[in-house]
This record gives sequence, C-alpha cells and structure tokens, in this order.
Amino acid sequence: MRPEVAQIWAWLDTVPDPEIPVISLVDLGIIRDVAYEGETCVVTVTPTYSGCPATRIINLDIDTALRGHGLSQIELRQQLSPAWTTDWLSDKGRAKLEEYGIAPPQPAGGPARCPRCQSTHVEKLSQFGSTPCKAQWRCTDCLEPFDYFKCI
Amino acid sequence: MSEALFEFLCRMGDNTLILGHRVSEWCGHAPVLEEDIALANTALDLLGQTQMWLGYAAEVQGEGKTADDLAFLRDAWDFRNVLLCELPNGDFGRTLMRQFLFDAFNVTVLGYLQNSKDRRVAEIAEKAAKEAAYHVERSADTVVGLGDGTEESHARMQAALDYLWPYVGEMFDSDAVDLALCESGIAPDPKSLRAEYDALVQRVMAEATLTIPEDPFHHTGGRTGRMHTEHLGHILCTMQWLQRAYPGATW
Repeated sequence: MRPEVAQIWAWLDTVPDPEIPVISLVDLGIIRDVAYEGETCVVTVTPTYSGCPATRIINLDIDTALRGHGLSQIELRQQLSPAWTTDWLSDKGRAKLEEYGIAPPQPAGGPARCPRCQSTHVEKLSQFGSTPCKAQWRCTDCLEPFDYFKCI
Repeated sequence: MSEALFEFLCRMGDNTLILGHRVSEWCGHAPVLEEDIALANTALDLLGQTQMWLGYAAEVQGEGKTADDLAFLRDAWDFRNVLLCELPNGDFGRTLMRQFLFDAFNVTVLGYLQNSKDRRVAEIAEKAAKEAAYHVERSADTVVGLGDGTEESHARMQAALDYLWPYVGEMFDSDAVDLALCESGIAPDPKSLRAEYDALVQRVMAEATLTIPEDPFHHTGGRTGRMHTEHLGHILCTMQWLQRAYPGATW
C-alpha cells in the first residue's frame, strides 16, 4: 500500500536544508507540491536562487529520504513559477533560524533585531553573505556580525 | 520562429554566462572580503540564469544538446553576448560600473519578459527578475558611493563610464530577430527599452556626480556574432579548457 500524501509531507519536513540544517525543506517553502501520478510520487521543487549549488543536493536528499521510507517510484520536478519568495518560510522555520543565529527575513528589508542579544541597533555590512540566500549584518551593541536571511 | 527564438535565448544566456564568468574572475581578489563574497554571489546568480536561458535554448534547438554543450562547445563566432559583457574587469570601479550598466538593462528587459507570450520565457524572467533587482540595487549603490566618494574614486568611476559608455548602445540595437520576437509577443523590441534605461542610468549618474558622455557612437558585433572583441577568445580559452582537453568529462 502506498503512503498517504500527508505522510510524505511529514517525511519531507524531516529533511534538513543542506546549508542551514536547522530548518527543513518544507520550512524553507521550496516543496511546492506532492502528488501521485499513477504509482509515481511526484515532488515539485522550486529553487531558492537560480544558481544555488544546494539545489542538486536538495534533490538528492529528497530522493534518498523517500527511498529510505520505502518509496521506489519517485519523480522530482522543477517549477520556476511562481518564483520562490521568503514569504513561504514557515513560522516554525523563522523561529528556528533566529535561534540558530540567522535573522529571519523582514518585509522592511533588514533584520528586526540582532539574533544574539536582541538589540535593534544593527547595520548592514554586505548585501551578500555566505550563501545566495543571506546577507551580512552586524549588531552595533554586541558588535557581533550575523547572517540575515535576504527578503525576496 | 524557433530559429529566432533560439537566437534570442542565446543572446540572453550568453550575456549572463560571459558576464558571470568575468565577475567570477574576482573571486579571491576583491578589495575586501564582503565585496569578494558579493561578486561571487552575483556571478553565481548570473550562472543560474544562464542555465535557465541556455537550457531552454538547447531544447528549442532540438539537437539533443544541453546548456553545458552550448556553454562549453561553441566557439567565439557562435556567442551572442553584447560586447559590454566580455570587456576585461579593469579595476574594481570599472567592474562595478559595467555591472550597473548591465544590471539596469537586465532588470528592465526582464520586467517586460515576464509578460512574454512564451510561457517558458515568462517563467525564467520571473525568476531572474528578482535576482536582477537585487543586483541593480547593489551596483547602483556602489556606483554612487564611489562616484560621489573621494577624488581618486570619482576619477576612476568617470574613467570607467567614459570607457564603457560606447558599449551601452549595442544592448538596444534591433534586427530581424528582435522584430520577429516582438511581433509574436515573445520579447520587446530592445529599441523600445532605451528611454526607460536612460532614465534609470541618468538618475544614478546624477547622484554619483558622474557625467554621461555625449558622443552617440556605439560599438556593435556581439549580439549578432558578426565580430566580438579580442577578449572573448581569451575568456573561452579559460572557461572551456577542461571540456576541450578532456571531452565529455563529468563529475
């Protein structure tokens, strides 16, 4: 008997993002659909950034995880539109990011506060950071630099 | 139509491929770490956009090729990027000026391509437009910061603008390919984008206290493939070396 679609979503919610392992692929909002076509489980994934090197690893991780749960007919499909937005990050994901030291995205375009000392006195160091999805900021109170998850 | 569409997709993909490669040459050499990371990230986005444009180009071509085949196995005369994208990096200021002049074009054309009657073109543009908007924000900021900066940085940015300006006009040339795509609602006529582009560039240059050269002359030959600068061959030597030396190598 094939597993329910909801069960597959739950399994995918345990697959960590390869670059930011505290959040899952579901938290990240890149899993757009899970459905059966005949006996094949089709997982639709959208890239965060077009050139993100993690995309291939993510596909591999999805495939490995689902095979580990006994699925054998799996198809991964890429979907570009609608384009990924940080609005799709789950609330659970946002909270975990902050706990991990990465300020979650804000519509205002900059972090709400320092993820370490909670100070609201922060400044931008660079619009880009260690991965395509992050920028570099610094707290002007505790002086620690931190990652900010870019809002797009 | 598929021939014109292929040509158009190569123009889009070769612009981002060649500029992306140029920008990646800074990796490990930028003046400060933050800028190094920013340039590498910009190059990565451009490479991602290349994968989408050339991936679709290969499908339209229908010869069973891939984006990699187009990127690594064509020679200089088959490339369709504008000359601006292949010009050497020069100093940091010239690199960022070139980036801004291209970003301003990219963000403008992608805005229109999101309404393309070709669904795939519209989807790629929708994805790329978000990245381009982020790029132009940064490159414009840097042009303003350096243009309206010290005497030295101002002089370098003005020299960069004087050097690069004669390569801007090529992005807005129209030929039979553009007209065919325009008529079928796939892409706008580049000529029609010029006023919007100029408005953006003039605003940023004014803030950067830089003067746009008046001479209307511009170089041509890249987007039609008629004649690239001598620089393209050198880029390809580096970029394509592995596939030329070890055909079909994968990892």
